[in-house]
Amino acid sequence: MTLAQLAKGLRARDFSSVELVRGFLDRIEAHQPVLNAMISVTREPALAAAQAADQDLARDAGGPLTGLPIVHKDLFCTEGVRTTCGSRMLDNFVSPYDATVVAKLKSAGAVALGKSNMDEFAMGSSNETSFYGPVRNPWNTDLVPGGSSGGSAAAVAARLAPAATATDTGGSIRQPAALCGVTGVKPTYGRVSRYGMVAFASSLDQGGVIATTSEDAALVLREMAGFDPNDSTSVDIPVPDYVATLNEPLAGLRIGLLKEFFDKGLDRENEERVREALRVYQRLGATLREVSLPNLPLSVPAYYVVAPAECSSNLARFDGVRYGHRCKDPRDLMDLYKRSRGEGFGAEVKRRIMTGTYVLSAGYYDAYYLKAQKVRQLIAADFARAFKEVDVLMGPTTPTPAFAIGAKTEDPITMYLNDIYTIGANLAGLPGVSVPCGFVDGLPVGLQIVGPHFAEGKLLNAAHIYQRETDWHTRVPERFA
Amino acid sequence: MALTREQIENIAHLARLQLQSTELPVYQRSLSAIFDFVGELDRADTANVTPMAHPLPGLSQRLRADVVTETDRHEINQANAPQVAAGLYLVPKVIE
Repeated sequence: MTLAQLAKGLRARDFSSVELVRGFLDRIEAHQPVLNAMISVTREPALAAAQAADQDLARDAGGPLTGLPIVHKDLFCTEGVRTTCGSRMLDNFVSPYDATVVAKLKSAGAVALGKSNMDEFAMGSSNETSFYGPVRNPWNTDLVPGGSSGGSAAAVAARLAPAATATDTGGSIRQPAALCGVTGVKPTYGRVSRYGMVAFASSLDQGGVIATTSEDAALVLREMAGFDPNDSTSVDIPVPDYVATLNEPLAGLRIGLLKEFFDKGLDRENEERVREALRVYQRLGATLREVSLPNLPLSVPAYYVVAPAECSSNLARFDGVRYGHRCKDPRDLMDLYKRSRGEGFGAEVKRRIMTGTYVLSAGYYDAYYLKAQKVRQLIAADFARAFKEVDVLMGPTTPTPAFAIGAKTEDPITMYLNDIYTIGANLAGLPGVSVPCGFVDGLPVGLQIVGPHFAEGKLLNAAHIYQRETDWHTRVPERFA
Repeated sequence: MALTREQIENIAHLARLQLQSTELPVYQRSLSAIFDFVGELDRADTANVTPMAHPLPGLSQRLRADVVTETDRHEINQANAPQVAAGLYLVPKVIE
Protein backbone atom coordinates (compact mmCIF):
# COMPACT_ATOMS: atom_id res chain seq x y z
CA MET A 1 0.00 0.00 0.00
CA THR A 2 1.14 3.52 -0.67
CA LEU A 3 1.62 6.20 1.95
CA ALA A 4 -1.50 7.95 0.63
CA GLN A 5 -3.55 4.75 1.00
CA LEU A 6 -2.13 4.08 4.46
CA ALA A 7 -3.05 7.62 5.51
CA LYS A 8 -6.65 7.03 4.44
CA GLY A 9 -6.71 3.69 6.25
CA LEU A 10 -5.50 5.33 9.45
CA ARG A 11 -8.07 8.12 9.25
CA ALA A 12 -10.82 5.56 8.51
CA ARG A 13 -9.63 3.49 11.53
CA ASP A 14 -9.12 0.44 9.31
CA PHE A 15 -5.97 -0.13 11.32
CA SER A 16 -4.05 1.72 13.99
CA SER A 17 -0.64 3.35 13.70
CA VAL A 18 0.66 0.86 16.28
CA GLU A 19 -0.46 -2.04 14.09
CA LEU A 20 1.03 -0.40 11.01
CA VAL A 21 4.33 0.44 12.66
CA ARG A 22 4.63 -3.00 14.25
CA GLY A 23 3.96 -4.59 10.86
CA PHE A 24 6.75 -2.66 9.17
CA LEU A 25 9.14 -3.19 12.10
CA ASP A 26 8.52 -6.93 11.81
CA ARG A 27 9.25 -6.81 8.08
CA ILE A 28 12.47 -4.92 8.72
CA GLU A 29 13.52 -7.50 11.27
CA ALA A 30 12.61 -10.43 9.04
CA HIS A 31 14.53 -9.15 6.00
CA GLN A 32 17.50 -7.49 7.70
CA PRO A 33 19.70 -10.62 7.55
CA VAL A 34 19.27 -10.73 3.78
CA LEU A 35 19.11 -7.08 2.73
CA ASN A 36 21.12 -5.28 5.44
CA ALA A 37 19.11 -2.16 4.58
CA MET A 38 19.18 -0.73 8.10
CA ILE A 39 21.92 0.37 10.48
CA SER A 40 19.69 1.07 13.49
CA VAL A 41 16.10 0.12 14.25
CA THR A 42 14.33 2.17 16.91
CA ARG A 43 11.51 -0.21 17.84
CA GLU A 44 10.52 1.14 21.27
CA PRO A 45 10.52 4.87 20.40
CA ALA A 46 8.67 4.04 17.17
CA LEU A 47 5.93 2.15 18.99
CA ALA A 48 5.64 4.94 21.57
CA ALA A 49 5.32 7.51 18.78
CA ALA A 50 2.73 5.33 17.05
CA GLN A 51 0.72 5.14 20.26
CA ALA A 52 0.78 8.93 20.54
CA ALA A 53 -0.23 9.15 16.88
CA ASP A 54 -3.20 6.85 17.52
CA GLN A 55 -4.39 9.22 20.25
CA ASP A 56 -4.13 12.14 17.81
CA LEU A 57 -5.97 10.16 15.14
CA ALA A 58 -8.71 9.22 17.62
CA ARG A 59 -9.58 12.89 18.02
CA ASP A 60 -8.99 13.72 14.36
CA ALA A 61 -5.94 15.78 15.25
CA GLY A 62 -2.35 15.56 14.07
CA GLY A 63 -0.60 16.41 10.84
CA PRO A 64 -0.71 15.15 7.27
CA LEU A 65 1.69 12.29 8.03
CA THR A 66 0.38 11.37 11.47
CA GLY A 67 0.99 7.73 12.29
CA LEU A 68 2.78 6.95 9.01
CA PRO A 69 6.07 5.07 9.22
CA ILE A 70 9.24 6.42 7.63
CA VAL A 71 12.92 5.54 7.62
CA HIS A 72 15.74 8.10 7.76
CA LYS A 73 19.00 7.76 5.92
CA ASP A 74 21.66 7.45 8.62
CA LEU A 75 23.12 10.77 7.56
CA PHE A 76 20.32 12.82 9.12
CA CYS A 77 21.01 13.61 12.76
CA THR A 78 18.41 12.15 15.09
CA GLU A 79 18.36 13.32 18.69
CA GLY A 80 19.28 10.56 21.11
CA VAL A 81 19.69 8.04 18.29
CA ARG A 82 22.99 6.85 16.84
CA THR A 83 23.87 8.66 13.59
CA THR A 84 26.76 6.84 11.92
CA CYS A 85 26.80 8.06 8.32
CA GLY A 86 27.85 4.51 7.48
CA SER A 87 31.27 5.11 9.02
CA ARG A 88 33.37 3.59 11.78
CA MET A 89 34.28 7.21 12.54
CA LEU A 90 30.75 7.83 13.87
CA ASP A 91 29.98 4.31 15.08
CA ASN A 92 29.30 5.59 18.59
CA PHE A 93 27.97 9.03 17.74
CA VAL A 94 24.61 9.84 19.31
CA SER A 95 23.30 13.05 17.86
CA PRO A 96 22.48 15.77 20.41
CA TYR A 97 19.86 17.28 18.09
CA ASP A 98 17.46 16.54 15.25
CA ALA A 99 18.18 17.55 11.67
CA THR A 100 15.60 20.04 10.41
CA VAL A 101 14.22 17.38 8.04
CA VAL A 102 13.80 14.93 10.92
CA ALA A 103 12.15 17.57 13.12
CA LYS A 104 9.80 18.67 10.34
CA LEU A 105 8.68 15.13 9.53
CA LYS A 106 8.26 14.42 13.23
CA SER A 107 6.04 17.46 13.64
CA ALA A 108 4.03 16.42 10.57
CA GLY A 109 3.31 13.22 12.50
CA ALA A 110 5.60 10.70 10.77
CA VAL A 111 6.88 7.82 12.89
CA ALA A 112 10.58 7.05 12.41
CA LEU A 113 11.36 3.31 12.35
CA GLY A 114 15.12 3.63 12.25
CA LYS A 115 18.15 4.60 10.19
CA SER A 116 18.99 3.18 6.81
CA ASN A 117 22.33 1.89 5.60
CA MET A 118 24.36 3.99 3.14
CA ASP A 119 27.75 4.38 1.54
CA GLU A 120 30.22 5.79 4.04
CA PHE A 121 29.68 9.56 4.29
CA ALA A 122 27.50 9.19 1.16
CA MET A 123 30.58 8.50 -0.97
CA GLY A 124 29.71 5.67 -3.29
CA SER A 125 27.30 4.47 -5.95
CA SER A 126 26.75 0.90 -4.78
CA ASN A 127 26.40 0.98 -0.99
CA GLU A 128 29.54 -1.15 -0.78
CA THR A 129 31.61 1.44 1.11
CA SER A 130 29.45 1.22 4.26
CA PHE A 131 31.27 0.22 7.44
CA TYR A 132 28.18 -1.88 8.16
CA GLY A 133 28.48 -3.97 5.02
CA PRO A 134 26.80 -3.77 1.64
CA VAL A 135 23.06 -3.48 1.16
CA ARG A 136 21.57 -6.03 -1.23
CA ASN A 137 19.22 -5.27 -4.07
CA PRO A 138 15.75 -6.71 -3.33
CA TRP A 139 15.34 -7.65 -7.03
CA ASN A 140 18.43 -9.86 -6.92
CA THR A 141 20.40 -10.12 -3.71
CA ASP A 142 23.68 -10.76 -5.53
CA LEU A 143 23.47 -7.23 -6.91
CA VAL A 144 24.03 -3.77 -5.48
CA PRO A 145 21.07 -1.48 -4.73
CA GLY A 146 22.97 1.58 -5.94
CA GLY A 147 24.11 4.32 -3.62
CA SER A 148 24.72 6.21 -1.63
CA SER A 149 21.10 6.00 -0.39
CA GLY A 150 21.10 2.25 -1.04
CA GLY A 151 19.49 1.35 2.28
CA SER A 152 16.63 3.82 1.78
CA ALA A 153 15.98 2.59 -1.77
CA ALA A 154 16.18 -1.11 -0.85
CA ALA A 155 13.94 -0.59 2.20
CA VAL A 156 11.24 1.09 0.12
CA ALA A 157 11.58 -1.44 -2.73
CA ALA A 158 11.19 -4.38 -0.32
CA ARG A 159 8.29 -2.56 1.39
CA LEU A 160 10.13 -2.39 4.73
CA ALA A 161 8.88 1.20 4.90
CA PRO A 162 6.49 3.13 2.68
CA ALA A 163 8.96 6.01 2.32
CA ALA A 164 12.48 7.00 3.31
CA THR A 165 14.51 10.17 3.47
CA ALA A 166 17.65 10.22 1.34
CA THR A 167 20.30 12.63 0.10
CA ASP A 168 21.77 13.30 -3.32
CA THR A 169 25.19 14.85 -3.96
CA GLY A 170 25.88 13.33 -7.38
CA GLY A 171 22.92 10.99 -7.89
CA SER A 172 22.58 9.30 -4.50
CA ILE A 173 18.76 9.48 -4.51
CA ARG A 174 18.00 8.98 -8.21
CA GLN A 175 20.54 6.24 -8.99
CA PRO A 176 19.54 3.79 -6.19
CA ALA A 177 15.86 4.61 -6.82
CA ALA A 178 16.36 3.57 -10.46
CA LEU A 179 18.28 0.39 -9.59
CA CYS A 180 15.67 -0.64 -6.99
CA GLY A 181 12.56 0.24 -9.02
CA VAL A 182 11.26 3.03 -6.78
CA THR A 183 10.58 6.75 -7.12
CA GLY A 184 13.25 9.20 -5.97
CA VAL A 185 13.19 12.99 -5.81
CA LYS A 186 16.25 15.20 -5.54
CA PRO A 187 14.98 18.74 -4.96
CA THR A 188 16.54 22.04 -6.04
CA TYR A 189 19.65 23.01 -4.09
CA GLY A 190 18.43 25.01 -1.09
CA ARG A 191 14.85 23.68 -1.18
CA VAL A 192 15.35 21.26 1.75
CA SER A 193 17.40 22.29 4.77
CA ARG A 194 20.84 20.77 5.13
CA TYR A 195 20.92 21.54 8.87
CA GLY A 196 21.72 18.31 10.66
CA MET A 197 22.73 16.47 7.50
CA VAL A 198 26.31 15.25 7.92
CA ALA A 199 28.08 17.35 5.27
CA PHE A 200 29.87 15.77 2.30
CA ALA A 201 30.02 18.43 -0.44
CA SER A 202 28.10 21.45 0.76
CA SER A 203 27.49 23.10 -2.62
CA LEU A 204 26.00 19.86 -4.00
CA ASP A 205 24.32 18.05 -1.07
CA GLN A 206 20.53 18.07 -1.06
CA GLY A 207 18.03 16.08 0.98
CA GLY A 208 15.04 14.43 -0.65
CA VAL A 209 12.81 11.41 -0.54
CA ILE A 210 12.40 7.90 -1.89
CA ALA A 211 8.90 6.39 -2.06
CA THR A 212 6.96 3.95 -4.20
CA THR A 213 4.95 6.61 -6.02
CA SER A 214 5.31 10.21 -7.08
CA GLU A 215 2.21 11.04 -5.04
CA ASP A 216 3.86 9.69 -1.88
CA ALA A 217 7.07 11.56 -2.66
CA ALA A 218 5.01 14.74 -3.02
CA LEU A 219 3.29 14.11 0.33
CA VAL A 220 6.64 13.78 2.11
CA LEU A 221 8.50 16.52 0.22
CA ARG A 222 5.74 19.03 1.01
CA GLU A 223 6.52 18.51 4.72
CA MET A 224 10.33 18.31 4.38
CA ALA A 225 10.90 21.38 2.24
CA GLY A 226 11.02 25.00 3.31
CA PHE A 227 13.13 27.84 4.58
CA ASP A 228 15.40 27.18 7.53
CA PRO A 229 17.38 30.00 9.17
CA ASN A 230 19.83 27.35 10.45
CA ASP A 231 21.02 26.60 6.91
CA SER A 232 22.64 29.62 5.28
CA THR A 233 21.98 28.22 1.79
CA SER A 234 18.31 27.46 2.48
CA VAL A 235 16.13 29.48 0.11
CA ASP A 236 13.27 31.60 1.42
CA ILE A 237 10.63 30.77 -1.18
CA PRO A 238 7.22 29.39 -0.13
CA VAL A 239 6.73 25.64 -0.62
CA PRO A 240 4.01 25.00 -3.21
CA ASP A 241 1.42 22.29 -2.59
CA TYR A 242 3.08 19.52 -4.61
CA VAL A 243 0.10 17.22 -4.05
CA ALA A 244 -2.44 19.70 -5.43
CA THR A 245 -0.72 19.92 -8.83
CA LEU A 246 -0.10 16.19 -9.34
CA ASN A 247 -2.96 15.73 -11.80
CA GLU A 248 -2.40 18.71 -14.08
CA PRO A 249 -2.68 17.54 -17.70
CA LEU A 250 0.57 17.18 -19.62
CA ALA A 251 -0.78 18.27 -23.01
CA GLY A 252 1.68 20.73 -24.48
CA LEU A 253 4.49 19.81 -22.09
CA ARG A 254 7.75 20.43 -23.94
CA ILE A 255 10.16 17.59 -23.24
CA GLY A 256 13.83 17.87 -24.14
CA LEU A 257 15.65 14.64 -24.93
CA LEU A 258 19.16 14.93 -23.60
CA LYS A 259 21.26 14.00 -26.60
CA GLU A 260 24.38 13.45 -24.48
CA PHE A 261 22.53 10.87 -22.36
CA PHE A 262 21.78 8.59 -25.28
CA ASP A 263 25.46 7.89 -25.83
CA LYS A 264 27.44 4.73 -26.49
CA GLY A 265 27.70 3.99 -22.76
CA LEU A 266 23.94 3.49 -22.49
CA ASP A 267 22.78 -0.14 -22.39
CA ARG A 268 20.60 -0.82 -25.47
CA GLU A 269 17.70 -2.40 -23.61
CA ASN A 270 17.85 0.24 -20.90
CA GLU A 271 17.57 2.84 -23.68
CA GLU A 272 14.59 1.00 -25.19
CA ARG A 273 12.67 1.15 -21.87
CA VAL A 274 13.34 4.89 -21.63
CA ARG A 275 12.20 5.47 -25.21
CA GLU A 276 9.01 3.52 -24.48
CA ALA A 277 8.36 5.85 -21.54
CA LEU A 278 8.89 8.84 -23.81
CA ARG A 279 6.25 7.46 -26.18
CA VAL A 280 3.79 7.37 -23.26
CA TYR A 281 4.41 11.08 -22.74
CA GLN A 282 3.88 11.74 -26.44
CA ARG A 283 0.57 9.91 -26.27
CA LEU A 284 -0.39 12.21 -23.39
CA GLY A 285 0.12 15.23 -25.62
CA ALA A 286 3.67 16.19 -24.71
CA THR A 287 6.10 17.18 -27.44
CA LEU A 288 9.59 15.80 -27.77
CA ARG A 289 12.66 17.43 -29.16
CA GLU A 290 16.34 16.62 -28.93
CA VAL A 291 18.42 19.03 -26.88
CA SER A 292 22.20 19.16 -26.73
CA LEU A 293 24.18 20.22 -23.68
CA PRO A 294 27.70 20.22 -25.12
CA ASN A 295 29.51 20.64 -21.80
CA LEU A 296 27.59 17.90 -20.01
CA PRO A 297 30.17 15.17 -20.76
CA LEU A 298 32.56 17.11 -18.51
CA SER A 299 30.24 16.84 -15.50
CA VAL A 300 31.86 13.73 -13.99
CA PRO A 301 35.42 15.13 -14.10
CA ALA A 302 34.18 18.50 -12.76
CA TYR A 303 32.36 16.70 -9.96
CA TYR A 304 35.44 14.67 -9.01
CA VAL A 305 37.31 17.90 -8.36
CA VAL A 306 34.56 19.92 -6.63
CA ALA A 307 33.08 17.14 -4.46
CA PRO A 308 36.39 15.80 -3.08
CA ALA A 309 37.59 19.37 -2.47
CA GLU A 310 34.54 20.15 -0.37
CA CYS A 311 34.70 16.72 1.28
CA SER A 312 38.31 17.18 2.38
CA SER A 313 37.34 20.47 3.97
CA ASN A 314 34.11 19.19 5.60
CA LEU A 315 35.66 16.01 6.93
CA ALA A 316 38.52 17.93 8.55
CA ARG A 317 36.16 18.24 11.54
CA PHE A 318 36.68 14.57 12.39
CA ASP A 319 39.78 14.97 14.49
CA GLY A 320 39.35 12.39 17.26
CA VAL A 321 38.98 15.18 19.83
CA ARG A 322 35.37 16.31 20.12
CA TYR A 323 33.44 13.32 18.83
CA GLY A 324 33.95 10.30 16.65
CA HIS A 325 36.58 7.60 16.65
CA ARG A 326 39.80 8.10 18.62
CA CYS A 327 42.80 5.81 18.24
CA LYS A 328 44.26 3.99 21.26
CA ASP A 329 47.20 5.52 23.17
CA PRO A 330 48.13 8.44 20.91
CA ARG A 331 51.80 9.44 21.24
CA ASP A 332 51.14 13.09 20.52
CA LEU A 333 48.49 15.29 18.93
CA MET A 334 49.64 14.60 15.35
CA ASP A 335 49.54 10.87 16.01
CA LEU A 336 46.05 11.27 17.48
CA TYR A 337 44.78 13.06 14.37
CA LYS A 338 46.43 10.76 11.87
CA ARG A 339 45.63 7.42 13.41
CA SER A 340 42.09 8.38 14.47
CA ARG A 341 41.34 9.47 10.89
CA GLY A 342 43.31 6.64 9.28
CA GLU A 343 41.39 4.05 11.33
CA GLY A 344 38.02 5.81 11.36
CA PHE A 345 37.63 6.40 7.62
CA GLY A 346 37.25 3.67 5.01
CA ALA A 347 39.21 3.34 1.78
CA GLU A 348 36.94 5.37 -0.51
CA VAL A 349 36.51 8.22 1.97
CA LYS A 350 40.29 8.43 2.36
CA ARG A 351 40.66 8.45 -1.42
CA ARG A 352 38.29 11.39 -1.73
CA ILE A 353 39.86 13.31 1.14
CA MET A 354 43.27 12.92 -0.50
CA THR A 355 41.96 13.87 -3.94
CA GLY A 356 40.42 16.98 -2.41
CA THR A 357 43.50 17.81 -0.37
CA TYR A 358 45.63 17.67 -3.52
CA VAL A 359 43.35 19.81 -5.71
CA LEU A 360 43.18 22.47 -3.02
CA SER A 361 46.89 22.43 -2.23
CA ALA A 362 49.19 25.33 -3.08
CA GLY A 363 50.00 25.50 -6.77
CA TYR A 364 47.12 23.23 -7.87
CA TYR A 365 44.08 25.24 -6.81
CA ASP A 366 43.75 27.19 -10.09
CA ALA A 367 44.44 24.22 -12.32
CA TYR A 368 41.85 21.99 -10.68
CA TYR A 369 39.37 23.65 -8.35
CA LEU A 370 38.96 26.98 -10.13
CA LYS A 371 38.91 25.25 -13.51
CA ALA A 372 36.20 22.83 -12.31
CA GLN A 373 34.07 25.68 -10.94
CA LYS A 374 34.34 27.39 -14.34
CA VAL A 375 33.30 24.22 -16.16
CA ARG A 376 30.45 23.93 -13.68
CA GLN A 377 29.32 27.38 -14.77
CA LEU A 378 29.39 26.23 -18.42
CA ILE A 379 27.28 23.19 -17.57
CA ALA A 380 24.77 25.34 -15.64
CA ALA A 381 24.60 27.71 -18.64
CA ASP A 382 23.90 24.74 -20.95
CA PHE A 383 20.96 23.73 -18.77
CA ALA A 384 19.66 27.31 -18.56
CA ARG A 385 19.76 27.59 -22.35
CA ALA A 386 17.88 24.28 -22.72
CA PHE A 387 15.15 25.41 -20.33
CA LYS A 388 14.40 28.37 -22.58
CA GLU A 389 13.20 25.86 -25.17
CA VAL A 390 11.76 23.01 -23.10
CA ASP A 391 9.92 22.59 -19.79
CA VAL A 392 11.69 19.45 -18.62
CA LEU A 393 14.58 17.26 -19.74
CA MET A 394 14.27 13.49 -19.87
CA GLY A 395 16.65 10.60 -20.24
CA PRO A 396 17.89 7.50 -18.47
CA THR A 397 18.82 7.72 -14.78
CA THR A 398 21.65 5.19 -15.14
CA PRO A 399 23.59 3.64 -18.04
CA THR A 400 22.77 0.05 -16.96
CA PRO A 401 20.56 -1.79 -14.49
CA ALA A 402 22.02 -2.97 -11.16
CA PHE A 403 25.43 -4.68 -11.25
CA ALA A 404 26.98 -7.43 -9.13
CA ILE A 405 28.35 -6.76 -5.67
CA GLY A 406 32.13 -6.50 -6.04
CA ALA A 407 32.04 -5.93 -9.81
CA LYS A 408 33.27 -2.33 -9.75
CA THR A 409 35.07 -1.95 -6.44
CA GLU A 410 38.56 -2.34 -7.89
CA ASP A 411 38.40 0.60 -10.27
CA PRO A 412 37.13 3.88 -8.81
CA ILE A 413 36.67 5.57 -12.22
CA THR A 414 34.33 2.81 -13.44
CA MET A 415 32.33 3.25 -10.24
CA TYR A 416 32.28 7.05 -10.62
CA LEU A 417 30.83 6.72 -14.14
CA ASN A 418 27.65 5.16 -12.74
CA ASP A 419 26.56 8.69 -11.96
CA ILE A 420 27.27 10.04 -15.44
CA TYR A 421 23.61 10.97 -16.05
CA THR A 422 22.80 12.29 -12.59
CA ILE A 423 25.76 14.52 -11.67
CA GLY A 424 24.87 17.35 -14.06
CA ALA A 425 21.75 18.28 -12.08
CA ASN A 426 23.78 18.52 -8.87
CA LEU A 427 26.43 20.73 -10.45
CA ALA A 428 23.71 23.12 -11.65
CA GLY A 429 21.59 22.84 -8.46
CA LEU A 430 18.60 21.51 -10.41
CA PRO A 431 15.80 19.22 -9.22
CA GLY A 432 15.55 15.70 -10.64
CA VAL A 433 13.25 12.73 -10.32
CA SER A 434 13.74 9.06 -11.16
CA VAL A 435 10.69 6.89 -11.87
CA PRO A 436 10.57 3.17 -12.69
CA CYS A 437 9.95 2.74 -16.43
CA GLY A 438 10.33 -0.98 -17.03
CA PHE A 439 12.65 -3.93 -16.62
CA VAL A 440 15.71 -5.41 -18.32
CA ASP A 441 16.20 -9.10 -17.48
CA GLY A 442 14.03 -8.74 -14.40
CA LEU A 443 15.87 -5.66 -13.14
CA PRO A 444 14.24 -2.25 -12.87
CA VAL A 445 15.25 0.70 -15.02
CA GLY A 446 14.70 4.39 -14.25
CA LEU A 447 13.51 7.34 -16.30
CA GLN A 448 15.08 10.59 -15.15
CA ILE A 449 13.24 13.91 -15.35
CA VAL A 450 15.19 17.11 -14.67
CA GLY A 451 13.60 20.56 -14.43
CA PRO A 452 14.52 24.19 -13.89
CA HIS A 453 15.21 25.45 -10.36
CA PHE A 454 12.19 25.01 -8.05
CA ALA A 455 10.22 22.98 -10.64
CA GLU A 456 9.70 20.06 -8.22
CA GLY A 457 5.93 20.42 -8.64
CA LYS A 458 6.16 20.00 -12.42
CA LEU A 459 8.49 17.00 -12.10
CA LEU A 460 6.21 15.26 -9.58
CA ASN A 461 3.23 16.07 -11.80
CA ALA A 462 4.94 14.57 -14.87
CA ALA A 463 5.96 11.49 -12.85
CA HIS A 464 2.49 11.06 -11.35
CA ILE A 465 0.66 11.21 -14.68
CA TYR A 466 3.12 8.65 -16.05
CA GLN A 467 2.40 6.40 -13.07
CA ARG A 468 -1.34 6.70 -13.73
CA GLU A 469 -0.67 5.32 -17.22
CA THR A 470 1.82 2.58 -16.27
CA ASP A 471 2.21 0.04 -13.48
CA TRP A 472 6.00 -0.39 -13.26
CA HIS A 473 6.02 1.37 -9.89
CA THR A 474 3.56 -1.16 -8.44
CA ARG A 475 5.84 -4.16 -9.06
CA VAL A 476 7.31 -5.69 -5.92
CA PRO A 477 10.20 -8.19 -5.93
CA GLU A 478 8.64 -11.64 -5.48
CA ARG A 479 10.22 -12.62 -2.21
CA PHE A 480 9.14 -9.33 -0.60
CA ALA A 481 5.59 -9.19 -1.99
CA MET B 1 49.78 11.89 -14.47
CA ALA B 2 51.76 9.50 -12.29
CA LEU B 3 52.04 10.46 -8.64
CA THR B 4 55.06 9.24 -6.74
CA ARG B 5 54.95 7.37 -3.44
CA GLU B 6 56.44 10.48 -1.78
CA GLN B 7 53.65 12.65 -3.19
CA ILE B 8 51.02 10.28 -1.79
CA GLU B 9 52.77 10.35 1.60
CA ASN B 10 52.79 14.13 1.51
CA ILE B 11 49.11 14.35 0.58
CA ALA B 12 48.23 11.90 3.35
CA HIS B 13 50.23 14.01 5.80
CA LEU B 14 48.45 17.21 4.71
CA ALA B 15 45.13 15.38 5.10
CA ARG B 16 46.21 14.03 8.52
CA LEU B 17 45.67 10.43 7.46
CA GLN B 18 47.85 7.58 8.69
CA LEU B 19 48.13 5.12 5.82
CA GLN B 20 49.30 1.53 6.05
CA SER B 21 52.23 0.69 3.76
CA THR B 22 49.93 -1.64 1.82
CA GLU B 23 47.55 1.26 1.13
CA LEU B 24 50.21 3.47 -0.48
CA PRO B 25 50.51 1.69 -3.86
CA VAL B 26 46.71 1.42 -4.06
CA TYR B 27 46.28 5.17 -3.66
CA GLN B 28 49.26 5.87 -5.89
CA ARG B 29 47.50 3.98 -8.67
CA SER B 30 43.97 5.23 -8.12
CA LEU B 31 44.82 8.89 -7.48
CA SER B 32 47.02 8.95 -10.59
CA ALA B 33 44.08 7.56 -12.59
CA ILE B 34 41.69 10.10 -11.06
CA PHE B 35 43.94 13.04 -11.95
CA ASP B 36 44.27 11.74 -15.50
CA PHE B 37 40.51 11.51 -15.64
CA VAL B 38 39.81 15.01 -14.29
CA GLY B 39 42.49 16.29 -16.68
CA GLU B 40 39.74 16.11 -19.31
CA LEU B 41 38.60 19.47 -17.92
CA ASP B 42 41.44 21.06 -19.89
CA ARG B 43 39.38 20.43 -23.03
CA ALA B 44 36.89 23.12 -22.00
CA ASP B 45 37.52 26.68 -23.08
CA THR B 46 36.97 28.67 -19.90
CA ALA B 47 38.85 31.83 -20.92
CA ASN B 48 36.09 34.30 -20.09
CA VAL B 49 34.10 32.24 -17.60
CA THR B 50 33.54 33.31 -14.01
CA PRO B 51 33.86 30.37 -11.63
CA MET B 52 30.57 29.35 -10.03
CA ALA B 53 30.18 30.75 -6.55
CA HIS B 54 26.66 29.49 -5.81
CA PRO B 55 24.51 26.88 -7.58
CA LEU B 56 21.52 29.22 -7.73
CA PRO B 57 22.12 32.19 -10.03
CA GLY B 58 22.13 35.57 -8.32
CA LEU B 59 22.17 34.13 -4.82
CA SER B 60 24.94 34.32 -2.30
CA GLN B 61 25.41 33.13 1.23
CA ARG B 62 22.96 34.75 3.65
CA LEU B 63 24.35 36.45 6.75
CA ARG B 64 22.62 36.70 10.09
CA ALA B 65 22.79 39.22 12.90
CA ASP B 66 25.72 38.63 15.23
CA VAL B 67 23.68 37.70 18.28
CA VAL B 68 23.77 34.71 20.59
CA THR B 69 21.16 32.19 19.47
CA GLU B 70 22.22 29.03 21.25
CA THR B 71 21.98 28.06 24.86
CA ASP B 72 24.78 26.27 26.69
CA ARG B 73 24.58 22.58 25.75
CA HIS B 74 28.18 21.63 26.39
CA GLU B 75 27.30 18.67 28.60
CA ILE B 76 25.14 16.98 26.02
CA ASN B 77 27.57 17.86 23.24
CA GLN B 78 30.52 16.54 25.19
CA ALA B 79 28.73 13.26 25.83
CA ASN B 80 30.13 12.19 22.45
CA ALA B 81 33.72 13.19 23.23
CA PRO B 82 36.33 10.45 23.63
CA GLN B 83 37.91 12.11 26.67
CA VAL B 84 36.63 15.00 28.78
CA ALA B 85 37.52 16.37 32.20
CA ALA B 86 36.00 19.37 33.98
CA GLY B 87 34.15 20.36 30.83
CA LEU B 88 37.35 20.36 28.77
CA TYR B 89 38.37 18.12 25.88
CA LEU B 90 41.52 16.19 26.66
CA VAL B 91 44.30 15.64 24.12
CA PRO B 92 47.93 14.53 24.47
CA LYS B 93 50.28 17.17 25.82
CA VAL B 94 50.97 19.83 23.16
CA ILE B 95 53.40 22.14 24.98
CA GLU B 96 56.39 20.66 26.80
